Amino acid sequence: MEGRPTGGTGARSAPGRRGFIELILGGGLLTLLGSMLYSVVRYVIPPKVADAGLASVVAGKVKDFALNSGKIFRFGNRPGILVRTQGGEFRAFSAICTHLNCTVQYRSDLEHIWCACHNGHFDLVGKNIAGPPPRPLDPLEVVVRGEDVVVSKKA
Amino acid sequence: MWRALFDWVDSRLQIAPVLAFLRHKQVPVHRHFYWYYLGGITLFLFAIQVATGILLLLYYKPTAEAAFESVQYIITKVPFGWLVRSTHSWAANLMIFTAFLHLFSVFFLKSYRPPREMTWMSGMVLLFLAMGFGFSGYLLPWNELAFFATKVGTDITGAVPLVGGFMKTFLRGGEDVTGTTLTRFFGIHVAVLPMIFTSLLVAHLLMVQRQGMSTPFTSEGHTVPTPSREMPFFPNFFLREAVLWLGTLALLLYLSIFLPWELGVKVDPFASAPAGIRPEWFFTFMSQSLKYIPGTVLGMDGEVLGILGFGAGGAFLLLVPFLDWWAGKGRRHPFFTWAGIGIIAFMLTMITLAYVKPY
Amino acid sequence: MRVPDPCVGPGFTPGRGGRGAIRAVPAAPILAAAVVLGLLVAGREARALDQPAGEKPDTCVACHQAVGGPMAKPLEDRKADVHATKGVSCADCHGGDPSRMDMDSMKVKGFVGRPSRRDVPRLCARCHSDGARMRQTNPALRTDQFAQYQTSIHGKRLAGGDTKVAVCTDCHGVHSILPANHVQSRVHPVRVADTCGRCHGDAEYMKAYKIPTDQLALYRESVHGELLLKRQDLAAPTCSKCHGNHGAFPPEVTSIAGVCGQCHVINKDLFLESRHHTVFDRMKLPECVTCHSNHKIVRTSDDMVGVGEKGICIRCHAAGSPGYKAADQMGKMIAGLSAAVHKGEAKLAEAERAGMEVSDAKYEFQNARVALIKARNEVHVFAPDRLNKVVGPGIELAEKGFRAGQEALEELGYRKQWSLIPLAAILAVVVGLVLQIRRMEGGRG
Repeated sequence: MEGRPTGGTGARSAPGRRGFIELILGGGLLTLLGSMLYSVVRYVIPPKVADAGLASVVAGKVKDFALNSGKIFRFGNRPGILVRTQGGEFRAFSAICTHLNCTVQYRSDLEHIWCACHNGHFDLVGKNIAGPPPRPLDPLEVVVRGEDVVVSKKA
Repeated sequence: MWRALFDWVDSRLQIAPVLAFLRHKQVPVHRHFYWYYLGGITLFLFAIQVATGILLLLYYKPTAEAAFESVQYIITKVPFGWLVRSTHSWAANLMIFTAFLHLFSVFFLKSYRPPREMTWMSGMVLLFLAMGFGFSGYLLPWNELAFFATKVGTDITGAVPLVGGFMKTFLRGGEDVTGTTLTRFFGIHVAVLPMIFTSLLVAHLLMVQRQGMSTPFTSEGHTVPTPSREMPFFPNFFLREAVLWLGTLALLLYLSIFLPWELGVKVDPFASAPAGIRPEWFFTFMSQSLKYIPGTVLGMDGEVLGILGFGAGGAFLLLVPFLDWWAGKGRRHPFFTWAGIGIIAFMLTMITLAYVKPY
Repeated sequence: MRVPDPCVGPGFTPGRGGRGAIRAVPAAPILAAAVVLGLLVAGREARALDQPAGEKPDTCVACHQAVGGPMAKPLEDRKADVHATKGVSCADCHGGDPSRMDMDSMKVKGFVGRPSRRDVPRLCARCHSDGARMRQTNPALRTDQFAQYQTSIHGKRLAGGDTKVAVCTDCHGVHSILPANHVQSRVHPVRVADTCGRCHGDAEYMKAYKIPTDQLALYRESVHGELLLKRQDLAAPTCSKCHGNHGAFPPEVTSIAGVCGQCHVINKDLFLESRHHTVFDRMKLPECVTCHSNHKIVRTSDDMVGVGEKGICIRCHAAGSPGYKAADQMGKMIAGLSAAVHKGEAKLAEAERAGMEVSDAKYEFQNARVALIKARNEVHVFAPDRLNKVVGPGIELAEKGFRAGQEALEELGYRKQWSLIPLAAILAVVVGLVLQIRRMEGGRG
C-alpha cells in the first residue's frame, strides 16, 4: 500500500482499547520510573557503615589503655593489634600472624606479641623473633589526637 | 499549562523551528531499515554510562590505596551499588559491541559516501574514543587482571614508532604502571574523554539530523532509488526505538543480577603476572594477532609491524569515504565488500582464539 | 695490624699433646727439593706478596708463594679467611719462625708443619678454648667447642684412634674458614646439611659404621629441608639444631620431645601431658619420631589422625582396642571440623562471588580457621574429650559462617524476585508501545 503511515488513528482503535494502552503504558512507565528513582535515591544516601577503604580508624581512647597492654581492634576487614608499651608509647600492627594467619595477642608477661597457634613471637617493632613466622607483622601508623588513638595505614 | 510554558521559552529562544524540524523528520523504510536502530542503541548505552558513571563517582576513590576497596564498598555496602556497577561494566561492553555493529552496517550500506564523509569520520573517531573509554575504565577497579592488561597494553603503545615512547610514559605517568597511572586514567576517563566524546557526538548527531538518513543502493549496484516509504521519526520510529531501548534496559538488569561483573583480587605489583592476561575483548583482535607475528619480519621488529598494520587498517576505515570513489557514483566495488568481510572475519577469528586458545 | 701472639715464637711452649714430637721427616727431602726449584723459578718473576700491608716480611708466605702449585694453595685460600683478617699468621698454627730465611724458618722448636687429623682438634683448641686469647679478637665467641667435641661421638671415636671421623677442619675448612653467619661458610645453617652429608651421605665411606647413610637425601625431601634449602627460611632446623654441632650425638629417646619442642613448643607441652609420653618412653619408642619420622619429616595432613588408610594410629592400635576407638573418634572430629570449615568457606566465597556483602561474616570466620589450627595441635594430647573442647566451638563457628553465606545468597534470591517488578514494568511499557504503534499505523507495525 502506498502512502505514508500517519500518526492518526486507525480503523480498529476504540476508546476502550486506547484506554487500555494508556493504562499499561502509564502504569508501566510509572512503575519503572518509580523503581529506578527508588534505587537511585537509596544509592545516593550514604550508608551508615563507613567505607572500608577508609585508611584510618579510631582504635580507642588514650585513657583506656594501661601501660604494657594490648588490644585487638578492627581495621577495615582485618584485625589489628594496638599495643601500649611499658614506656607509654603506642604501637600498632596488623594482627594477622605471618605464619598461618591466626590472630596474634599481646602478652604482658613477655612484654611482646605472641601467636597462640604455633608459638610465634614478635617484638615491639613487629619483627619475628622466634617460632615459625617467616616475616614481621605489617606495621600501622599510630597518631594520638587529643583523647583518641587513631590508627591508619602506613604511608 | 505546558502550552504556556512552551510559549514563554519559545518567545525568548525561538525553539519552535527546531521542534517543527523534528516533527517532520522522516526515516526511510526499506529492506535494511533495521540497521538504523544501532546508532540509537549505542547512544542510549552511552547515556546509561554517563548516568551510572556519575553515580559511581559518588563513592569511587581514584588512588592505588583505596580504589579496589572503594569498588568493593560500592558493590557490597551501598544499596543497589551492585546494580550500578554491574550495569556500568556490562553497558560499556555492549556499547562497544553495538558501536562496531553500527560501524559495519554503515560500512556495508555505504552510507559513508558523499555527502556524509564527515559523519563517517566523526563516527570512526567516536569509536576510537569509546575504546579509549574502555581501556581507561578497565584499570579503575585496580584489580590484578586489569593491572597487567594495562601493563601489556601500554607496552604495546610504546612500540609505536616515533611517538610510542612518549605516549607510553605519558599514559603511565612514569616508567611503570603505578598509582599515578590510575589517577591519570581516572582523569582521562571522567573528564577528558567525556568532554571530547560529547562534543564530537553532538557534531555527529547534528550532521545526521542535518543530512537526514542515508539510503542504500541496490546490490546490483547502479541506481539509487528514491525511498518508496518513509516513517515519521516522531512518534513512529521513536516509539520503536523506545521498545528497543527498554529491551536493552531489561537486558542490563538481567545481566547485573544473573551475571554480575566480577571484582577479582587487588593489585600486588610485586606478584608475578597471572596466567591468561588478556585485555578487554574489543582489544583482543589486536593483542592476539600480535602473538602470531614472528619477532622480526624482513628486518623489522614484528610488533612494530603489527602496530603499523593496525594503523593502516584504522586509516583505511577512517578514509574509506575518499578511497571508495565508486560508492559516490552509486556502484558497489567488490574490493570494499571483501575488505569489510575480511576485517570482520579477522577480528572474529582473533577474538575467538584469544578466549579459546590464548597461548 | 698484627697482634703479638703468645702461642708462637721462641717463647713458645708446646701445649697439651706432643706437638714437638711430630715427625716432619718423610716430607723434608721433597720439601727441600721443591724449595730449591721454586727459588730458581721465583728469580724469573716478581710477584706481589700476599701479606697484610705494613707487615714484616713473612717467609712462610714468601716461600710458599714462590714455590707455587699446591704449595701456594693455602695462600690462595686465605684470601677469604677469617683468621687472616684477624691477623693470625701461618706460624700461629703451624709453628716455625717467619723471620728466618728458607728452611731455617722450620727448624724451630714447636714446628708443627702439617698436623695429623688426630691432632687437629687440640691444635684449634689452643686458641679457641682459651678465653683470654679469644677475648683479644672475638670476645663473644664461645670457647667450649673442644670440650663439647670430646663428648660427641666424633670426639670419642677420635680419642679411640678412629681418624675417619670429623675433625674441626672437615666442617670448617682449613685455610678459608668463614664465620658461621657468612652465607658462604660451610657451616652456615643453609649449608650445614651438605657439610654433614659429605661423610654421612657417602655409603662407601660409612660402610664400616653400620649406620644409615640416607639422612641427607631424606632431609632434603622433608618440610624442614624444603624450607631451609629452597626457601632459605632460617627458622627451619638443620642437622645441628637437633643433633648439636660440636657435641654431635643423636638425642636420647626420652628427650626427643624436648629437641623437637625447641620450636614446636605447644605440641611438645601437649605430648608431655599425654599418655603416649609415659608409654613411649617405657617402650623406648622415639617420642615424636614415632609418628613423624626423624629426617624425612613431611607436611602433616589431617588423615594422619584416625583409622583410615593413611592413619598413623593403626600402626600400633589394633582394631577394636580402646586406642583404636579413641583414634577413630579423634580422626572423625578433625575431619568433621575441617569439612565444616571448608563448607563455610565455600559458601561465603560463593556469596561473595555473587556480589553479596559478607565481609563481617568473613572476619568472624577467621576464628573457625584458627580453631582448626588449634585442634590439630590439640591432637597431641591424645584425649578425645580434650580435643572435643576445641573442635566443638570450632564447628559452631564454621556453621555460623555457613549460615551467613546462605543468608547472603537468599538475599540475592530476593533481588532476583524483586527485579521482576521493574522487568514486568518494562514489559508492560513495551507491550503498550507496540500496541500504540499498531494503533497509530492501522495494524501495520
